[in-house]
Amino acid sequence: MKIKPYGDTLNDGKVQLSFTLPVERSPKGIAAAKEIAKSMGLINTSVVHSESIENGFSFYIVYGTTINAIEFDEIHVEEITQTALSRKDIEKLISEKLGREIVFVGASTGTDAHTVGIDAIMNMKGFAGHYGLERYSGVVAHNLGSQVLNEEFIKEAIEKKADVLLVSQTVTQKDVHLKNLVELVELLEAEGLRDKVILIVGGARITHEIAKELGFDAGFGPGSFAEDVATFAVNELINKK
Amino acid sequence: MNKLNLNFNQIIACRERAEAIAINVQQFIDKHTTVSIERTVLRLLGIDGIDEFGVPIPNKIVSDVLKLGNLSLGISLYMASALHFTGLNLNDFLAKYMKEDLNICSYPLIDVKLVDDILKPYYEKHLKKIKNNKISRTKFLQDSIRESNTDLYVIVATGNIDEDVTQAVAAAKAGADIIAVIRSTGQSLLDFVPFGKTTEGFGGTYATQENFKIMRTALDKVYEEEKRYIKLVNYASGLCMPEIAAMGALERLDVLLNDSMYGIIFRDINMKRTFVDQYFSRLINAYSGIIINTGEDNYLTTSDAVSEAHTVLASQFINEAFAKKAHLPENLMGLGHAFEINPDVENSFLLELAQAEMAREIFPNAPLKYMPPTKYINGNIFRAYQQNAMFNIVTTATNQSIHLLGMMTEAIHTPFMSDRYLAIKNAKMVQKSMKSLGEEIEFKKDGLIQKRAQTVLSEANELLEQISRDGMFNSLANGVFADTKRPIDGGKGLDGVFKKDKNYINVIANRMEASFSEN
Repeated sequence: MKIKPYGDTLNDGKVQLSFTLPVERSPKGIAAAKEIAKSMGLINTSVVHSESIENGFSFYIVYGTTINAIEFDEIHVEEITQTALSRKDIEKLISEKLGREIVFVGASTGTDAHTVGIDAIMNMKGFAGHYGLERYSGVVAHNLGSQVLNEEFIKEAIEKKADVLLVSQTVTQKDVHLKNLVELVELLEAEGLRDKVILIVGGARITHEIAKELGFDAGFGPGSFAEDVATFAVNELINKK
Repeated sequence: MNKLNLNFNQIIACRERAEAIAINVQQFIDKHTTVSIERTVLRLLGIDGIDEFGVPIPNKIVSDVLKLGNLSLGISLYMASALHFTGLNLNDFLAKYMKEDLNICSYPLIDVKLVDDILKPYYEKHLKKIKNNKISRTKFLQDSIRESNTDLYVIVATGNIDEDVTQAVAAAKAGADIIAVIRSTGQSLLDFVPFGKTTEGFGGTYATQENFKIMRTALDKVYEEEKRYIKLVNYASGLCMPEIAAMGALERLDVLLNDSMYGIIFRDINMKRTFVDQYFSRLINAYSGIIINTGEDNYLTTSDAVSEAHTVLASQFINEAFAKKAHLPENLMGLGHAFEINPDVENSFLLELAQAEMAREIFPNAPLKYMPPTKYINGNIFRAYQQNAMFNIVTTATNQSIHLLGMMTEAIHTPFMSDRYLAIKNAKMVQKSMKSLGEEIEFKKDGLIQKRAQTVLSEANELLEQISRDGMFNSLANGVFADTKRPIDGGKGLDGVFKKDKNYINVIANRMEASFSEN
């Protein structure tokens, strides 16, 4: 099945763009905005709005029609196929299939100072009505907070006998997070620990596909809750038994 | 102003309890100094620069004393003794010190009574510069054209100070009143301040004195062109609170993030270190006329914004009490709060309105800093733009002072130039179209809004009572704020805290404290 973006008619290919150009707003600037849209493969381009942002910059909103269609059936993505269980079901699974407490150690690692993500997954209160891992019976959750260096993270993981490691990365400017994530995998391998733990990364710009590429077991992006992470981790632990 | 019909006696009780809490901690503060405080003394004598390994000279001199001397006596004594016995002026001594790799502890210590006379010419020069900065700022602000009582605050965070300047100037010209240069992630944990101009940082730009100067110059140019003074913000938080305050004072920054507890709770910096450092940094801010901003908004990104709203208010009272101890007047107390309730909660807008109005009524003279939604911004930029419009309405209706603009691309990337531009336009439209909304509205007696505000106040009162009973240190150890527990002797930086000797001397603190009792 070939598809295109949908405006108000199937496969009309309508898209909207907005961007800034480093020139004054002028007829030439507007023409330039149109050219930019054309260079992206759009036709019937229309600059519907433009305004000056001072100091030699101007802002544009552009509509256009993409001529390209894609074959939907040929698209393959790495995704976590299981559906998340409820907290009660996860707790039941832990007690019946694993019969012991499982230990999660999580942190926002490297220089990253943002804890919103790791807090949402781990802390008692959780996020948007989804309780965090601390709330789960059969789970011991250690949230180490922010700016935990990889070496320290591993040290804590060993001391706390972690089954599952959760890494949160929020700052992604200049791909600083990728370097940090790869370093963690390398350090774990060097310590001979990589296969002994379930390694999971989460963050606003993280996908399961990126996570797998970097050598993690799973990646969770926006809109993930403790149930998603726990379902994956518990099933993996059961499979490994 | 009493639109909310708040229990006035409870407000007084909260202040008394916060005062008692602060007095208790202040007894500890008065008996201690830190490596960062001593480095600040050196900086305000005029010592700057780095050695061949990139170590700042103030760090080098303080570490001499850590190795061979006794920092409990204060760096002022060592410095004055060195000048006394070499007979050199400060510049010549420093040149010799660096060239010959001397140790500051190589000289017999002089009588502490002689110290101030020897160092006075050096610090007076820099304190005079700070005083002049304060006078200039006041004049520029008086001469500025202002459309609203609310200052629109935006951040730049490119990592490169030159790029920051481009973005800051564009934002200022689009209508921003305050520019904050976000620091490179992790700088708060460095126990030194980097030196010189920097163009490489992650998630922000290093706070250095040179970067301060570059941005100040650029924003002063906007003032010359547009007759609007643009305030500049940085972060006097982390392990170098007083040093950043000193640099900010020297380069005429106008606002510094400067919370009495933020570093403890959110950066795991030792609580003794933070309390001692915050006092001296605030003393400098009070002396230089710099507005402090406190970080209560952060509690609500970690904890629930409905059930934990009272922790924000309790913390504001505590921050106010500590600020008073450091001689900060109310018009420099930029207490923080935030618009962080889940928008899916029924009547969340009314709860936000109640809490913002409550802060305004309880701290009528404070330049309150109001933070935008971040926690429930989810990548849908259109939804975020709506949330930010609601936030802007609350600010306008409740007359907040420092309004940090929400970005529709929060949680996606550091703001594009257009994100910032659209945010300013959003706020400007609300400011203009709803200008007198606050004056026109009253709240229904015992209605949802009045009840909400009173509930938060009562809960804050109870929490302050509990903290004053348990003590500040124990309360932080018990996780009273942001669900975060911090052991009294845990965290970073405790090894930089020293008990003052009976002969301890800090010429800068003495001079500043004296200036407040003169007034």
